[in-house]
Amino acid sequence: MTENFAISLLAAAVQSGTPILYATLGEILCEKSGVLNLGVEGIMMIGALAGFMAAASTGSPLLGFLAGGACGALLAAVHGWVCLSFRGNQVVSGLALTILGSGLADYLGTPFVGRQAPGFDPFALPLLSRVPLLGDIFFNQDLLVYISYLIVPLMWIFLRNTRWGLSLRCAGENPDAAVANGISVTAYRWMGTLGGGFLGGLGGAYLSLAYTHLWSNGLSAGRGWIAVALVIFAFWRPERALMGAYLFGGVMAFQLRLQAAGTSIPSSILLMLPYALTIFVIVLASWRRPQSAMPTSLGVNVEPTE
Amino acid sequence: MRLKLEKKAHSGLRIVPLTLMIAAPVLLAGAVLFEAVGADPLAAYAVMLQGALGNWFNCSEVLVKAIPLMLTGLAVAVAARMQLWNIGCEGQLVCGGIFAAGFALYAADALPAPAVIPILILAGFAGGALWALIPALLKARWNVNEIISTLMFNYVAVILMQHLYFGPWRDPMGRGFPGTAMFVRSAWLPRFFHTRIHLGLFIALGAALLLYYSLGHTTWGYRVTVIGLSPQAARYANFDAGRQQIAVLLISGGLAGLAGMGEVCGIHLRLQQGLAVGYGYDGIIVAFLAYLNPLAVPLVALLLAGLIVGGEQLQAVAHLPASISMVLEGCLLLAILAATVFSTHRLRIVRDDEEGP
Repeated sequence: MTENFAISLLAAAVQSGTPILYATLGEILCEKSGVLNLGVEGIMMIGALAGFMAAASTGSPLLGFLAGGACGALLAAVHGWVCLSFRGNQVVSGLALTILGSGLADYLGTPFVGRQAPGFDPFALPLLSRVPLLGDIFFNQDLLVYISYLIVPLMWIFLRNTRWGLSLRCAGENPDAAVANGISVTAYRWMGTLGGGFLGGLGGAYLSLAYTHLWSNGLSAGRGWIAVALVIFAFWRPERALMGAYLFGGVMAFQLRLQAAGTSIPSSILLMLPYALTIFVIVLASWRRPQSAMPTSLGVNVEPTE
Repeated sequence: MRLKLEKKAHSGLRIVPLTLMIAAPVLLAGAVLFEAVGADPLAAYAVMLQGALGNWFNCSEVLVKAIPLMLTGLAVAVAARMQLWNIGCEGQLVCGGIFAAGFALYAADALPAPAVIPILILAGFAGGALWALIPALLKARWNVNEIISTLMFNYVAVILMQHLYFGPWRDPMGRGFPGTAMFVRSAWLPRFFHTRIHLGLFIALGAALLLYYSLGHTTWGYRVTVIGLSPQAARYANFDAGRQQIAVLLISGGLAGLAGMGEVCGIHLRLQQGLAVGYGYDGIIVAFLAYLNPLAVPLVALLLAGLIVGGEQLQAVAHLPASISMVLEGCLLLAILAATVFSTHRLRIVRDDEEGP
């Protein structure tokens, strides 16, 4: 029993960690360009609703998934517009985005509560799923999980080895140097903001299309904020975001299983676990001085020079 | 031809163009959203206006809703003066409510009636301050990001409150009603003018005056402002930033706790579902709409309360989701952020062949 329990728990950890992973990767991309977006929670909420609505009306879960990403990017564009075009305060704009996104999802989503939409189901990847242990944990998942496996190394390569990735990082680290080298800081910050919003929207769409297969108000339940915390925990590195997201996925899955098994631990303590863990993780990260890894100009608006 | 932002010689904002710049996009966004669900925008706005200001009772309800908004708005503003982001007002409000409810349920009947209200006020403040204590210590000691820590405590507080009124504090005579028993009479905040306007209004107005005075006219306020504007200058002047951070976050949490106490002992008269309805998050909007000025907070709180009461009417009369007020609040804050740039910049039309200055 114990071995099967452990394997199914780890597989569930990957599944419930995936929406957080998408959102964390998105926020890393955004923050690397120098834009702090605290609206991830609102973006995930909108992504979840848009994905569900699109899948329900077209019958295609994949279109739904992409619609979730597109609407996430659209909401992030509001943040970009306020912060990059009008140089509004990035912290406050992000908070406003969370309020706007949650409100909008609730307002537009009410008719969709309880409706059905086609979603994603797990399938075994040929060959890989037969690897002992790892196959059962990682390769018996749904399509969107497999896509997330690809995004992590792609983003790692993008940020390290491509011209666009290096320019984007330069816009976040040292905008003056970027300008001196003929890099348009505003353009790369837009790229980070929209790309980050797209990934955050995908994370939200994962929730409604693969995780619950339902739309309900308040679906993301703080996952967007956990993603913001994980960016610090991950020191702005995609590969560490993977670890962090699965750690949270594990705690969420574990907590659900304990509740289902009917332990003597009060369910309210179990419900608090992910939030308490977030605080713990952010304290741990603070001891290791995350400021050293933080993009130097994060949250600082620049005067356009053109 | 394109539009270009450029620095103005003199900074400053005129109130009329500013109001127009903010109100127009918000009203437009609302109109689009009413259309989206098949409602007539003009009729919907009329319902909201009627609901907020239609008669004396509705007006008084706007005042009632403004009480917690004033307190959470002040809470966010005082922390933000020091560049601290207290996003945890929702949890601090809940914890203030829990403390007040615990006292009202289990100690109030053993005390002489005149002593109960002052102790309730203290309990509410203490509950909110306590909920801000851990994030404050973490911030001062290890520079732990207070946005995330205060926010996470919101979720914990709401779960704790539900545990209490579904579990140990549940009304034994309540037949499954999710809430505690009603408090004894001595623990009800006095109400005025035959409405639900309660003592909290005067507590909130008093707090606004006190904060205005102490932030603007005392050495303490000076220190807070300096630490907020320039941590380096503060270090040079030997101000203990860590201690001030803790003090300011405790005050901020305490103010939010008072909002919770007011809701619990002034409106609900028991601890029940419906305490955590977002006043903590609304406080962020109030504070920044008021440009962090404590005297402007009550006025802005009234405006936002009108929006919320209007939204509730819309739900009751036209069966549209009340969350429209949340959407409009978000738009309002974004519009203000975007408009603020015009205090230092202006828009100019630049022709393509024209060289910039």
